[in-house]
Amino acid sequence: MIYAPRLPRLGTFEAWRDAARALASNDVSGAQIDWAMEGSADSLFTQHTPLPDAREMKVPKDFVPLAKLVCASRAAGAHDLLYRVLLRCRGNPYLLKNRADPQVQQLEVWAKNVRRDMHKMKAFVRFRDVTPEGANRRRFLSWFEPEHRIEELIAGFFTRRFGDMDWAIVTPEVTTRFEGGALHQDAIASARLDLSDETEDLWRTYYANIFNPARLKIKAMQSEMPKKYWKNLPEADLIPDLIRQAETRMRQMQDEAPSLPPVRAERILERLPKRNIVDEMNACARCPIGAQATQAVAGSGPPDARLMIVGEQPGDREDLTGLPFVGPAGQMFDRIAAEAGLDRASAYVTNAVKHFKFLPRGKKRIHQNPERSEIEACRVWLTREISEIQPVLIVALGATAAHALTGTGANLMKRRGKLETGRDGAPVLITLHPAAILRSNNSDMLHNLLRQDLALAVEMLDNAQYM
Amino acid sequence: MAKLTLKEKLALLSDAAKYDASCASSGTTRRSSADGTGLGSTEGSGICHAYAPDGRCISLLKILMTNFCIYDCAYCINRVSSNVARARFTVEEVVHLTTEFYRRNYIEGLFLSSGIIKSPDDTMADMVRIARSLRHDHHFRGYIHLKTIPDADPALIEEAGLLADRLSMNIELPTDAGIKTYAPEKNPHEIRRAMGRVELRKQAAKERTHTGRRAAKFAPAGQSTQLIVGADGANDATILQSSTRLYSSYKLKRVYYSAFSPIPDSTAALPLIKPPLAREHRLYQADWLLRFYGYQADEITSAADGGMLDLDIDPKLAWALANRHAFPVDINRAGKDMLLRVPGFGVKSVGRILSARRNGALGFGDLKRIGALVNKAKPFITTRDWSPGGLTDAANLRARFAPPPEQLSLL
Repeated sequence: MIYAPRLPRLGTFEAWRDAARALASNDVSGAQIDWAMEGSADSLFTQHTPLPDAREMKVPKDFVPLAKLVCASRAAGAHDLLYRVLLRCRGNPYLLKNRADPQVQQLEVWAKNVRRDMHKMKAFVRFRDVTPEGANRRRFLSWFEPEHRIEELIAGFFTRRFGDMDWAIVTPEVTTRFEGGALHQDAIASARLDLSDETEDLWRTYYANIFNPARLKIKAMQSEMPKKYWKNLPEADLIPDLIRQAETRMRQMQDEAPSLPPVRAERILERLPKRNIVDEMNACARCPIGAQATQAVAGSGPPDARLMIVGEQPGDREDLTGLPFVGPAGQMFDRIAAEAGLDRASAYVTNAVKHFKFLPRGKKRIHQNPERSEIEACRVWLTREISEIQPVLIVALGATAAHALTGTGANLMKRRGKLETGRDGAPVLITLHPAAILRSNNSDMLHNLLRQDLALAVEMLDNAQYM
Repeated sequence: MAKLTLKEKLALLSDAAKYDASCASSGTTRRSSADGTGLGSTEGSGICHAYAPDGRCISLLKILMTNFCIYDCAYCINRVSSNVARARFTVEEVVHLTTEFYRRNYIEGLFLSSGIIKSPDDTMADMVRIARSLRHDHHFRGYIHLKTIPDADPALIEEAGLLADRLSMNIELPTDAGIKTYAPEKNPHEIRRAMGRVELRKQAAKERTHTGRRAAKFAPAGQSTQLIVGADGANDATILQSSTRLYSSYKLKRVYYSAFSPIPDSTAALPLIKPPLAREHRLYQADWLLRFYGYQADEITSAADGGMLDLDIDPKLAWALANRHAFPVDINRAGKDMLLRVPGFGVKSVGRILSARRNGALGFGDLKRIGALVNKAKPFITTRDWSPGGLTDAANLRARFAPPPEQLSLL
C-alpha cells in the first residue's frame, strides 16, 4: 500500500509532522510513502489512502528544529529522507549527533541551505515607504524572492524588528502582512513588484562612499552577496562602475604629491594644550614593564603618615583602577592589619615597583615577579615617595620590597619581624607579603606571622611616639 | 561656503569613516520591538545587509559626526593638516538617517565616530546626545556602536556605555613609540586607562546590588579597538603581542587589523603603499588562533621569519610544519586541544568529531562528511583507515600547500 500525504504551502511543517506521526507510529516504512506538496501531480500508482490513526511516539529533542528547516527546503526528496531518519531515530536517540552518518549529514546540508536562505532574506529584504497621506502609522512594502519555502520561518524576525510600523513582504508564492500589530500570511501567487522611494538615493550615496577603492575584492563580495539578489537591491547597479573606477582612483591617490597643510592647521595645533607632565611616572621607560601596563600605580595615603607600607607591585585590579592594595592581596592585608590593630587609613601604602608585570594568557594576566634590574630601575620613584612622606617606620612586605628598601630580598623568613636600616636611612621592618598567604597551603601559620609583625609595627610606632 | 545638503554631508562623512574596519553588530543582548512600542531588534548574531566591492560587510551606518579634527595623525584622512572638505551632521540628521535606513532594512544600527572638535568633552557630549535621542526619543532598539574619546569626562563615557552596545577606542599604532611619531596628540596611556575604566565598569555591571537587583547593562557587546597594519615599522610579532596584551588586560571582544590604505591628500610623513591585504588576512587568522584555538602569541610567531607571518601559508599550518613532532594526531583518541591544532580542522569540525566519535571510530570518509578539510589535514592525522606514513615528515610538505613559485616577468 502507498500512502500519499499532500503538504500545504502554509503550515507545511505541521502537516508533515501530523502525517509522519501517524505513519511512523504505525511502523510504515519510507518506501510506502509518496511525499509531495499540494497541487503536485500524482504518480501512476498513487492512491489517496487515509492515514492510520496516530499513536504516541517520542522523538529526540533536536529532531524538531531540524525538521522545521528541512520541511521548508525545495530539495527533491527532503520530506522523504526526513521521514526515514525519523524512523531511525526511534532506535537511536543520539543519531542526530553523528554528523558522519550520511543521511544525517544530508539533512544538515539541506537545513544549512535553508538557514542561509533565511539569513539572506533578513539581510536583503528592502522596504519602500508607501505610507498613505495622513496615516498615523508608517507603512512599508517589499518584494523578495527566497530560494526555499521560508516565509513562515522568517516572519517572526520581521515582527520582532519592525513592531511599530505596518509592513508587507510579497514573495512569488506567499504574501506576509503585518498590520496594526497582527501578522497575516496568505498563499497567493504574485508577480514581481517594481518599487523605489526617495531615501534610496541617500542609501546609494552611502554605499558608494563607504567603499574603499584601494581594497577591491570582488570575489569576497559576490560570495556573500550573490548576483541573484542584485535585481532587488537598490544599491547593486552602482557596483560595475565602482569596480571599474577603483584602479584609477587608487592610482590617483598614489600619484598625487603629498599636499601642504592648510594655514589654519598650524593655528589649531598651536592652540592645543600641551600635554602636562603629571604623567611622568606613567611615561617612565627605565625598564620595559611600563609599556605593557595600563598605568603606573603611585602610593596613596596621608602626606604626613608616620607609617609606610611597601608591597611588591600592582596586580591586575590595581593596574586597572590605578589604586594600590585594592586586589585580593590588598584586601587580605587590610583584614590582617585590622586584626593587628593597625589603622590602614593613617598609613601610606605603596609598591616597590610601580607598574604591573604580567604574562598574557588568553583572557587572563599571570603575575610575574619583577627582576632585580627592574626593581632597581623603579627605586627612584620609591625613594622620592620616602623623602616626601618622611615615615617614622617602613614595613616591607615580601622579598621585592625588602630588596628595594635594603638591597637584598634573600632569607626573608629569617629576617622577618626584625628591624633593619634601609638604604634611604629609614628603619625598615621586614615581613612577608600577604599574597604568600593566598598561595600557601600553610596559610594559617603565615597569617599569624604577618599579624604578629604588623602588631609589632604598631608597637614600634607607639614607642616612637615622642621621637 | 554654501550650505551642504544632507546627501553631500553623507558622502563626505561616510567616505571619512571607511577606514574603520569594524562593522560588527553581533553579541549584544536580545532586544525586540514586537510589543509595538519601538523600532528594532537584536538577536545575537549580526547581519550584513550589503557588501561593498571591497568585500567588506555593510552592517551599520558607519559615519563620522564631523570630520573636523584638531589632531594631526599622519595616517588619517581627517587630520587637521589635510585639505579634505569638511562637514558636520546635526544630531537630528544622524538620527533621521539611522531610523530611516533602519526602517528600510538597510542596516542593523549606527556606528558613530567623530573627529575631535573643540575639546574631547564637547565631541563626546554630542555623540552621547545622538545615542540618547535614538534610544529615548525614537525608542530605537537596534545596535549602536560609539567610538569613545579616551580623554573625555568619565561621566560621558558612563552614559555612552549605558546607551550603546559597543564602545571602542582605536589605538591604531601597535607601539607607544609609533603613536608618538605618527599621532603626537594621542596619549597611549590615556587610551589604556580609559579601556581599563570601561572594563571595570563592565565588571561592576555584572554584580547584583545588595537588594539582588541586576545593574543596568553596560556596553553589552564589549569593547573593541583597531590597529593599522603597515603604516609604521611594527612587525607581526609586535602586533600580535600588542593584541594579546589588550585581550588579557581589558577583555576586548575584538582587535581589528586594518591594512594601511592610501588616502587622498596624504602627508609627506607617511608615504602611501599598496595596502598589505594578505598580511592583514594572516593577522586575522593568527588572531583567531589566539582567541579560539588556544595558541599563545609566541607560538605563532616562533615560526615567523623576522617576526613576520608567512604570507604563502596560514599560521596554523606554519605552526604544524614547524612542530611535526606533535603529529600525526589520532583523531579517535586525541583531546580537544590537540584536535584544534590540526590544520584543516575548525572549531566546528572538532566539535562534530568529538560528538560523532561516540558512535564509533571515525574513518577518513567520515571526516569528509563532517566538513573537515581532509586534504589539508591528511599529513597530520591518523584515522581508522588512514595513516600518513612518511608524509608527516616529508621534506616537500610545505610545497604541497604553498602556491607555486611565480616566475618574474621579463618585461
